[in-house]
Amino acid sequence: MDGRGKMGWNLIRAWSIGVYVFMFLPVAVVVLLSFNASQFGSFPMTGFSFRWFVELWNNEAILRAFRTSILLGLMTALISTTLGVLASLALVRYKVPGTNAISTLLIAPILVPEVVLAVALLLFLNFLGINKSFGLLLFGHVIFTLPFVILVVQARLISIKRDVEEAAMSLGATPVQTFFQITLPLMLPAVLAGALFAFTISFDDITGTLFWKPGGVETVPTQIFAMLRNSISPEINALGTVMIVMTVGLPLLGVAVARQLTKKSGT
Amino acid sequence: MSIETREARQPWILLSPALAAVALLLFVPLMFIVVYSFWLRTATGADQAGFYLDNWNEALTDPFYRDILISTLRIAAITTIVCAIMGYPSAYFIARSKGNKAILLLLLMLPFWISYIIRTMSWINILGVSGAFNSVLLSLGIIAEPIQMLYNEATVILGLVHFLLPFMILNIYVSLDGIDTNLEDAANSLGATKWEAFLQVTLPLSLPGLAAGGLLCFVLGAGTYITPLVLGGPRDAMFANLVFEAIITQLNWPLGSALSLMLLAVLGALVMIYNRYLGMAQLMKGLG
Repeated sequence: MDGRGKMGWNLIRAWSIGVYVFMFLPVAVVVLLSFNASQFGSFPMTGFSFRWFVELWNNEAILRAFRTSILLGLMTALISTTLGVLASLALVRYKVPGTNAISTLLIAPILVPEVVLAVALLLFLNFLGINKSFGLLLFGHVIFTLPFVILVVQARLISIKRDVEEAAMSLGATPVQTFFQITLPLMLPAVLAGALFAFTISFDDITGTLFWKPGGVETVPTQIFAMLRNSISPEINALGTVMIVMTVGLPLLGVAVARQLTKKSGT
Repeated sequence: MSIETREARQPWILLSPALAAVALLLFVPLMFIVVYSFWLRTATGADQAGFYLDNWNEALTDPFYRDILISTLRIAAITTIVCAIMGYPSAYFIARSKGNKAILLLLLMLPFWISYIIRTMSWINILGVSGAFNSVLLSLGIIAEPIQMLYNEATVILGLVHFLLPFMILNIYVSLDGIDTNLEDAANSLGATKWEAFLQVTLPLSLPGLAAGGLLCFVLGAGTYITPLVLGGPRDAMFANLVFEAIITQLNWPLGSALSLMLLAVLGALVMIYNRYLGMAQLMKGLG
């Protein structure tokens, strides 16, 4: 590489490091401040302490928000992944006429601004007699996470070869046996990835959730949002840290487990 | 039933739950709010069904709504441009770096998993009156009193850039990664400098990724209402805030429907134009 090229590359590298710092510094500060012993959620740090995590644990409203978010996330993941895996199988495994149009239809919920989706669903289901409720939240989260599940699962399904299934069938397995004994185990990493994705997106969602949640019910993000109205407290930073650990730690664990599973199944 | 027809039916059986969900939870509701936008709000409570143009008249002619729509589009445009400028060199760096590509990509994915509300509010710790910036400036003696740097249009854009930058980088990366590096080498060996080779070979080939990232940043940016609530002042409302106000605060659902559809029309037109020229495939590559 000539001298100028090298200088250019170094500039690009320095720029990129700057961009990464920009992305992570504020989040790092949240984690740092959550261990601050001070009364106020701000600088200067006056010492290291777990007191804000203890406060969180003793805060009934926050625990309730966690329970709501986790239940909602699990149910969303279950429904969304079921629908998404079936649809992905159809799109990857069969020659369906109009595959492109169908894909676009299934992706549509992320092409429509979330606010608009939120309004439409709220008004329509209200018209059908379903008021703001946990059920409405669940419908909303399912439709919003479904496209992501389909994209993720589809991308992984493509890499599974049909030969193994055909071999099983030619050895006398019925389609149902083949599905449960061959296809499903091979698909497991894709299914888990989809479910994890759905859970994380649901757990993080605030835009739609604020439209759909009934009064008095809070998810973790809406709880944080409500707490922000007063002022930023060390408790919010601690809550932020817990959420970061959950939403970053879980997928990382998932990736590790998926790796392990793929290694074992030898594909 | 013959085996062929059964075979032909199977994919539709697999697809039907997902298609039904999208139809019943997205398309029918969207059609429903088109109808609802022509209803009339009454003082007594129940909205009056019918065909009234009042809401559309208000939404389309009131300068208040028009001004906020324009400033929303302006904020989204600035955000998109800043993301492109910040993101392109980084995407290029990841695509062309030799050793630690996997780690750089993983780091790029991490922000997607960190809650949007946490990332947005994290700037209060940095720029707030008792935030990191002010405490550094105070301790260095540069300022005597903390300055309020938050709650203006600039901090709204900052928050949006922070939220949307990973989408931009990822999309540019996907298209840069698909370019054969031999092309650049060929240009070099034919006498082009590195810079010329980049401008005439690599940059044009990566434009689809840049466009996909740009579309995502613009559409997501223009549809947001949390960022202006957390990082903006009272005068920095964006269009989605008006929708939220109408629907949740004022319970004026007919007007809220009309405003939602206005936002959908403007952003939907952009998606259509994009789809017409570049197709959805590029966008899905970056998302999957």
